[in-house]
Amino acid sequence: MLKMIVCIKQVPMVSELNWDPRTGTLKRDLAEGMMNPACHHALEAALRLKELHGGHITAITMGPPMAEEVLREALAIGADRCILLTDKRMAGADTFMTSFILARAIEKECPDFDIVLCGCHTSDSETAQVGPQLTEELKIPGAAYVEWLELKENVLRMKRLSDNFLETLEMDLPGLVTVTTSHYQPRYVPLAGLQDAYDKCDIITLDADDLKLKIAGIKDSPTRILKVYSPDSEKKNIEMKGPAKKIVEELLDKFGRKIGGEIQKDLKAYGQEQ
Amino acid sequence: MKQTAQDIWVFGDYRNYFQTRVTLQLLSRAGDLAVKTGSAVCAVVFGHNLDEYVKEYIAHGAHKVYVIEHSSLKKYSMENYVWLMERLAKEYKPDIILVGATSFGREFAPRLAKLLGTGLTADCVGLDINEQGILVQTAPAFGGNLLAEIITPERRPQMATVRPGTFQEIPHDYERKGQVIKIPLPKDLPKERLRLVHYQRKPHRGQRIEDAGVVVCGGRGMGGKNRFKKLFDLARLLGGEVGATRPVVYANWTDPELLVGQAGKHINPNVLFSFGVSGAIQHTAAIRDAGLIIAVNKNPNATMMKKADVAIVADANQLCMALIKELKKRIRS
Ligand SMILES: Cc1cc2nc3c(=O)[nH]c(=O)nc-3n(C[C@H](O)[C@H](O)[C@H](O)COP(=O)(O)OP(=O)(O)OC[C@H]3O[C@@H](n4cnc5c(N)ncnc54)[C@H](O)[C@@H]3O)c2cc1C
Repeated sequence: MLKMIVCIKQVPMVSELNWDPRTGTLKRDLAEGMMNPACHHALEAALRLKELHGGHITAITMGPPMAEEVLREALAIGADRCILLTDKRMAGADTFMTSFILARAIEKECPDFDIVLCGCHTSDSETAQVGPQLTEELKIPGAAYVEWLELKENVLRMKRLSDNFLETLEMDLPGLVTVTTSHYQPRYVPLAGLQDAYDKCDIITLDADDLKLKIAGIKDSPTRILKVYSPDSEKKNIEMKGPAKKIVEELLDKFGRKIGGEIQKDLKAYGQEQ
Repeated sequence: MKQTAQDIWVFGDYRNYFQTRVTLQLLSRAGDLAVKTGSAVCAVVFGHNLDEYVKEYIAHGAHKVYVIEHSSLKKYSMENYVWLMERLAKEYKPDIILVGATSFGREFAPRLAKLLGTGLTADCVGLDINEQGILVQTAPAFGGNLLAEIITPERRPQMATVRPGTFQEIPHDYERKGQVIKIPLPKDLPKERLRLVHYQRKPHRGQRIEDAGVVVCGGRGMGGKNRFKKLFDLARLLGGEVGATRPVVYANWTDPELLVGQAGKHINPNVLFSFGVSGAIQHTAAIRDAGLIIAVNKNPNATMMKKADVAIVADANQLCMALIKELKKRIRS
């Protein structure tokens, strides 16, 4: 039976978290969680493989306890089993540590997997690093930014667009793919399914001790944040307002030569003829 | 407590040489950093028939080029290149490795960092050396309007990826001298588990937004797909191209290829129009090199308005229409 693992991250619903410049903090409370879009597509890719070949899907997430919500959603759409990695000691992990912890959980809970699927990047940090690093942690082959995949015997055939090249790749299994949002449009979550997911299936919750890890997310991460600041480079500029027609005339009278540069036309001229 | 200065390496990502100048841009920035650390700038390149690239890297500022050349490296191969780079980095111990954030680089760099047991900062918009001789990597943080300074205090090498267009290449100078270090292909290179079966260049569409002299950029403030389309009329009149912000692309008003920003293209037009764009750092980091910036926003306090040379307080859509009309008149005259 095809054993698949899908790694999922919960991200804030709004792509732009508001920042309070006076207190210097993020207004996280406004940010309701959702399943990261690319992870959602990765799950969809797994579901389609399951429809074709049969199989079993384990969804894993690492995050605060409330990240359980995205696992419930995964169950509602068709995941078979869910694992939540949550522990204060994991907080603040960079991609290096995150991939380390995910790998240890996978080795403990489903060491005999065939395919690991991740979203190609997250909407809140977009480093795109966790998938490729997990590949190395698990010492398996991997391919990032996969748009389409197909399973033939024990070989995964994939297509992707990479730096203006359309590539077709083949990979021996077990292996890892990170999936883009271009092809596997996720199915809707059936409301009934969501309710069932809350009732029936338990979610396996693991902390650092369960994984026998002596870790601290921040301390063990190779990277360190020195400072965070708001870049304010303001220009001394010209402000224009009023009726659109008047603004446009003023704009071209002032900057017509520069604006028309590309078409070798002095757009100022007309204004001066008047 | 600085020991003898270790080298700064730049990964030679040449697959799209004429489109992606990011390796050359990184060599240039590495040169600035090397002045502060007293290190040498090295390009590292793998493949087949590489003489031309080696020459270019030296002409663009590499003091040394490490080359592994072999017919079996003809195809760009993630597994081979990661394996070779790990081998070389463990042997020569560079202090810093910089990788262009191409699709290839964005997969290559995290895998390499993991194998070298070190940190990696993605999409840096700034790189500098502090008093301790440590690489300070500036990257956008937390969604919206913040920049973070990130370091890798203990582990080595220090690694960063940088989007194409972030730094300026230095003009080539074929008089420049550099050392070429040819390394034979290691005999124990493992068999590939991931195989590139087929590849073809994606057909090109016209002018690229990165090269456009005029860019008309639209944000969520354009208010809808059909209104957004008007920007194409405006761009055409000015011989320019259209760019978009992420919400616009997510809402499917236009093609993801037009995304301007950290996750998309860096642009450097002589004239940039910005319609209904708030000015989040992920967007503005990619327009730093624009010449004249004209922003249209109904909110005079939007960040984008503060970054503009001309800040027009108006409805984006109405102003766009008025501008098209007026331009048509003036172009005809
Ligand atoms: C990891 C990550 C990567 C990202 N990468 C990118 C990227 O590469 N590129 C990118 O663009 N964004 C990126 N973003 C998103 C970025 O943070 C902002 O959310 C985005 O740039 C905002 O787009 P916007 O200005 O179109 O929309 P908004 O922020 O919603 O701003 C709309 C603006 O339009 C104005 N407006 C509204 N109505 C009108 C009207 N009728 N007339 C005139 N003005 C009006 C408003 O006042 C406002 O200023 C990224 C975010 C993250 C977290």
